[in-house]
Amino acid sequence: MPHAYPALSPEQKKELSDIALRIVAPGKGILAADESVGSMAKRLSQIGVENTEENRRLYRQVLFSADDRVKKCIGGVIFFHETLYQKDDNGVPFVHMIQDKGIVVGIKVDKGVVPLAGTDGETTTQGLDGLSERCAQYKKDGADFAKWRCVLKITERTPSALAILENANVLARYASICQQNGIVPIVEPEILPDGDHDLKRCQYVTEKVLAAVYKALNDHHVYLEGTLLKPNMVTPGHACPIKYTPEEIAMATITALRRTVPPAVPGVTFLSGGQSEEEASLNLNAINRCPLPRPWALTFSYGRALQASALNAWRGQQDNAEAATEEFIKRAEVNGLAAQGKYEGSGEDGGAAAQSLYIANHAY
Amino acid sequence: MAHQFPALTPEQKKELSEIAQRIVANGKGILAADESVGTMGNRLQRIKVENTEENRRQFREILFSVDNSINQSIGGVILFHETLYQKDSQGKPFRTILKEKGIVVGIKLDQGGAPLAGTNKETTIQGLDGLSERCAQYKKDGADFGKWRAVLRIANQCPSNLAIQENANALARYASICQQNGMVPIVEPEVIPDGDHDLEHCQYVTEKVLAAVYKALNDHHVYLEGTLLKPNMVTAGHACTKKYTPDQVAMATVTALHRTVPAAVPGICFLSGGMSEEDATLNLNAINLCPLPKPWKLSFSYGRALQASALAAWNGKAANKKATQEAFMKRALANCQAAKGQYVHTGSSDAASTQSLFTACYTY
Repeated sequence: MPHAYPALSPEQKKELSDIALRIVAPGKGILAADESVGSMAKRLSQIGVENTEENRRLYRQVLFSADDRVKKCIGGVIFFHETLYQKDDNGVPFVHMIQDKGIVVGIKVDKGVVPLAGTDGETTTQGLDGLSERCAQYKKDGADFAKWRCVLKITERTPSALAILENANVLARYASICQQNGIVPIVEPEILPDGDHDLKRCQYVTEKVLAAVYKALNDHHVYLEGTLLKPNMVTPGHACPIKYTPEEIAMATITALRRTVPPAVPGVTFLSGGQSEEEASLNLNAINRCPLPRPWALTFSYGRALQASALNAWRGQQDNAEAATEEFIKRAEVNGLAAQGKYEGSGEDGGAAAQSLYIANHAY
Repeated sequence: MAHQFPALTPEQKKELSEIAQRIVANGKGILAADESVGTMGNRLQRIKVENTEENRRQFREILFSVDNSINQSIGGVILFHETLYQKDSQGKPFRTILKEKGIVVGIKLDQGGAPLAGTNKETTIQGLDGLSERCAQYKKDGADFGKWRAVLRIANQCPSNLAIQENANALARYASICQQNGMVPIVEPEVIPDGDHDLEHCQYVTEKVLAAVYKALNDHHVYLEGTLLKPNMVTAGHACTKKYTPDQVAMATVTALHRTVPAAVPGICFLSGGMSEEDATLNLNAINLCPLPKPWKLSFSYGRALQASALAAWNGKAANKKATQEAFMKRALANCQAAKGQYVHTGSSDAASTQSLFTACYTY
């Protein structure tokens, strides 16, 4: 216990830390384009498009052919395995298209959730078997960061101590293995917004979950400066009758993070969960305008919240490709501004409301 | 686990957080004047003064009756039980004198070490029995913060898992009880400098210990914004043959802290351990100049490093009062400057030597 057997050399640490900082450089965030085949089925069926490999390729091509305007707002793109090896119509690998824009390539490495017996429908996440070999190959094939999603939910009796502990542990094992292979692990302990709980309850649970995650990362000797965190924002449950402002969400979110996420972590890239594109941008903006001091970058790792309009504009038609790409670029730029607290939104005034809550921060 | 039963009301939180911030505002630090009777015996013996209650009272009177401007550098004073109830030669209680100077009064709460059977001479700390009632009384009698010192040592098989967990748990129980009684707990998990281990080893152990402490505080629902941390700086063991500069001590110390101490903690007040007065000041200054992110105040809670010269100047003679007070004031001012990174030591190195270590920080 008291002996240090260094997990990483100074050179390995520097490489990881440099990658992490590039991804969350000021004004930049992540495009989560790593929907599995099953998730893409849902997205494509909503616009009446068949879920074929070619359609998935065509859709990702719409996103990846965005012009240089995305360079200033997208620091990383998360790929699904299939997509990592796909090419555009001219035979240019997607990985090269992204790298040529100076954007870091990432890869989803978990293999989905499995049930935890004896719990109230809780899960852990699988994917550790052979992970080191897979990471080594992905690194050769151009990926410099990875993502692994754990899922927790709030009900009367959940998340249970077991679910918190087990998911924190599996995240820490994944993170350790990634770093051994020169890959920055994005650690994602998502607490779902399903339920009717209020903001305070979500904040409390988020604090407990994050404390367990960082204890596990420390126990597993993970180099925090070479990681990123992808948490939920602290929000009420979808079915909660109380409505909260972006400023209240911001205050609850940053309070939870300040109490649990060590300053060594270079960036926090929020997931958008079930939020609409505009909600996700307004909340991120409020988070960046919140007066509480914070030592990490606060930015986005959005899937639906970056792609919903693009998907809708595309509808599977090649003629719509350019317009769809424009929709994506638009959302990317908006979120790039929100990551700096500079998004003006749709005529919304955050100034006065933000100030009034500062005095009350001890209430969180 | 998933339910929150708030430990503190918003008003209680506000009071605690304001006390903590007052203690470390504007470069202020803490005078640790809480030496037990036995420890004072050691100090007095060195200047050949008899260890009587009157002699202890006289020395503390000289320190506390110093000019009011002391309140620019001292935000809090930790007292031993006996001292809290002593008065000056005009019959004015020490705690009143300190309060009138605008200094927050604190009280040592632990009751010394107890062995952990089955370990290599490791200990835990006693004092939890009846602690709530004691705190309530101390709060009535003018104390607004408490101090509890846990001790860990680096040696063969030490610190063991048990020692780390047990001391972290006791600290968290103490902190929780303090807060219930309106007192800010200073959390002190001291990794003592005895031994011949190097700087890297101390850093590793300090990170493990602090990670356990903050997990325990979270588990015990302690309000971090209403606490202060009193850790060791990261240094090599006393018997280590390798010598390190203040910049190296600073980089190792701040690296360890930023990997483990959440930003919600308002202040970190280092203990001086066996350091000389000047080393304690130089190290604190280097820590405040360290280029890593430092979202907490970095200040001092010094015993010997604030009182050694004063004690020598006093020599047990009332006629030396002025010289004693000057010696004390000098150290207090020096440390206040160091807490702002503004301490200038004749012959000290300039910005160049502090800069050179920045690029090497990933090796920590």
